[in-house]
Amino acid sequence: MSIQAIKPGWWQKPLDGQEKIWLSIAFVWCLAITIIMPWWHVVGDHNMSGEYHKITGGDFSMLTDQFIEKYQVGMDEGIPVVVPPANSDIFLRGAQWEWDPVLKLKAGSTYRLHLSSIDVNHGVSIQPVNMNFQAVPGYDSILTITPTTKGEYRIICNEFCGAGHHAMIGKLIVE
Amino acid sequence: MSAQKFRTCPATGLKIYSSAETLIQINAVTAIVFLLVGGLTAIGLLLTRWQAVHLLDDVLFYRALTLHGIAMLVAWIVFFEMAILYFASAVLLNCRLATPFIGWLQYILMLVGAGLTAVMIILGQADVMFTSYVPLQAAHWYYLGIILFAVGAILGCCVFFGTIGLAKHEKTYEGSMPLVTYGAMCAAIIAILTLATGALTFIPTWLWAAGLIPMMDAELYRLMFWGFGHSTQQINVCAMVACWYLLGTLTVGAVPVNEKVSRAAFALYVLFILIASEHHVLVDPGLSAAHKTWNTGYFMHLAVLASMIHAYSCPAATEVALRKKGYTKGLFEWLKKAPWGDPGFSSLWISMFGFGWIGGITGVIYGTEQLNIIVHNTLRIPGHFHATVVVGTTLAFMGITWYVLPLIFRREVIFPGLARIQPYLFGVSMCVFSVAMIMAGVSGVSRRSWDMNGMDGPFQVDFGPMTDLFLAIMGVAGILAILGGALYVLLAVGTLLIGKKIEG
Ligand code: HEM
Ligand SMILES: [Cu+2]
Ligand SMILES: [Cu+2]
Repeated sequence: MSIQAIKPGWWQKPLDGQEKIWLSIAFVWCLAITIIMPWWHVVGDHNMSGEYHKITGGDFSMLTDQFIEKYQVGMDEGIPVVVPPANSDIFLRGAQWEWDPVLKLKAGSTYRLHLSSIDVNHGVSIQPVNMNFQAVPGYDSILTITPTTKGEYRIICNEFCGAGHHAMIGKLIVE
Repeated sequence: MSAQKFRTCPATGLKIYSSAETLIQINAVTAIVFLLVGGLTAIGLLLTRWQAVHLLDDVLFYRALTLHGIAMLVAWIVFFEMAILYFASAVLLNCRLATPFIGWLQYILMLVGAGLTAVMIILGQADVMFTSYVPLQAAHWYYLGIILFAVGAILGCCVFFGTIGLAKHEKTYEGSMPLVTYGAMCAAIIAILTLATGALTFIPTWLWAAGLIPMMDAELYRLMFWGFGHSTQQINVCAMVACWYLLGTLTVGAVPVNEKVSRAAFALYVLFILIASEHHVLVDPGLSAAHKTWNTGYFMHLAVLASMIHAYSCPAATEVALRKKGYTKGLFEWLKKAPWGDPGFSSLWISMFGFGWIGGITGVIYGTEQLNIIVHNTLRIPGHFHATVVVGTTLAFMGITWYVLPLIFRREVIFPGLARIQPYLFGVSMCVFSVAMIMAGVSGVSRRSWDMNGMDGPFQVDFGPMTDLFLAIMGVAGILAILGGALYVLLAVGTLLIGKKIEG
């Protein structure tokens, strides 16, 4: 009974056959899932690069402003639209409660996407492809991305960031 | 040494000291009050996330969400766990409670803490979610409330260990402590470790909110918060599994198949779970990929192994017990003839099913580095943990209640017919709710969002009709679950007030 104290010697009771089989299956399965994760990291296409450095909100904002100034082509709903060249560093700035700029990227080209927030935590949820990342104030998180499918995407903030959280929606265009 | 009053339980022959009994009662009742608060907020959340209904306005929704997290995950569960700790030590070890005075201090600190936190949320001074990621800031009283609560819980664990020591010293039991007590002890060890980490996180945050020191680094906070926040979920898992063994014994007299294996599995939780917390920050900057995969891979899976072991031992123990009763025909006669009308037994099985098959499987999947990219902060996450912490832990605690009421409160459960259907109503609809939430999350709908369509934003979002369908299923199942929860509260409180007294 699991509610009664037990006599010493319980640790000498051998496992029975079925128990051994189950334990082995469970153990092998746990080993397998342990190996899968690093293995995917090596062979998979979708991984975070793990590249980041610390940066102040002010510095990140300055870099984003310079980036916008250089490549801006227009405005969309009051948010600047930029067309950066392939293989360049591109910036996405999160602030209560707006993502800017609107990025217009070329399918098949590779970019280094810098992601940060200048106030509180924000979430970067790219829909409908459904890829989700965290934008953390004080950190420049760098993702190497190669958009493959043309279309218009939404960048939805999916980390609670205050009263206007649900209105924090940006745009990403792949041509 | 002061003599304490006790009675002898007619069913088990155990001595039940009044000091322990009162503390068990008062912690359990307080837990149920917070469950009620959480349930009321759940109505608003549910009917708002069901986009076709969209009941609350945005400010109220976020406030209710913060309160729901605190009332349920923190207050309901931990108060109930305190009751379990006192039960598993004093009652099961046949001993008086060590330092009942500190037990009372535990209760008062936790009550004041939870109350303070809840009041700050209701007053609109803490719209930060229970995670309160800095630099989002709540009034400093909010953090103080959490700290008081945690200190109270640590004291409760101390009383638990003190009682075990006392029982050993006074030789109130022979041999090794019962498995349920052992499981509760593992929960208490994890609790002390994690609550200490919690203090390390919340004390600086409190001082920061009070304007005394600069803010903690935002990513460090996230890492520290989950170092404690994730590990506290292991307290819940440990306590839940201890309840599974307890329910197995109370309902059909189950005996653990092999004590060695079950105890080793509990030990695995203690040894390895403190480490898996980084699955909360897999898509964050600030840690290398190697670090994250190491933390969430190897070590976490040893804790998963522990759950796999219990997933065998618990059902196996009930099967053996039922076969001993003579239900030996074929492979499944024992399952057919099992006491499905006993709410303790049905709670046990639905809890095991929901925790393992919905919560456990999704948890292991979502915790991998690559797949986390498609699940992070979507509705898949609350879908996952409503299966673990609601179908799993909450339902196990509810199942225990049907036995605690007669044994500790000495009242006959009122309307046993309704009690019989409660686990099915709550458990099954909560399973459907969780799965529907997960399915809505598959299309990318975010969690903690008042409006997934971006009505107030510069750009709108359309998740398509399938998502609306899943949200509607979630809504209907959620209402049934809330009814099941309300039934539990009514029956439990009703039993306390008007249930027939059991003498002895
Ligand atoms: C009675 C049935 C319940 C229903 C219908 C329900 C419903 C919900 C809903 C709709 C959300 C919001 C999801 C989102 O938008 O992110 C939520 C969040 C949550 N629920 Fe429940 N819930 C119930 C019971 C519980 C219980 C018993 C617990 C804990 C033991 C719990 C713990 C939580 C937590 C921790 C959150 C997340 C809060 C946050 O994101 O800050 N719920 N619940
Ligand atoms: Cu945001
Ligand atoms: Cu947000």
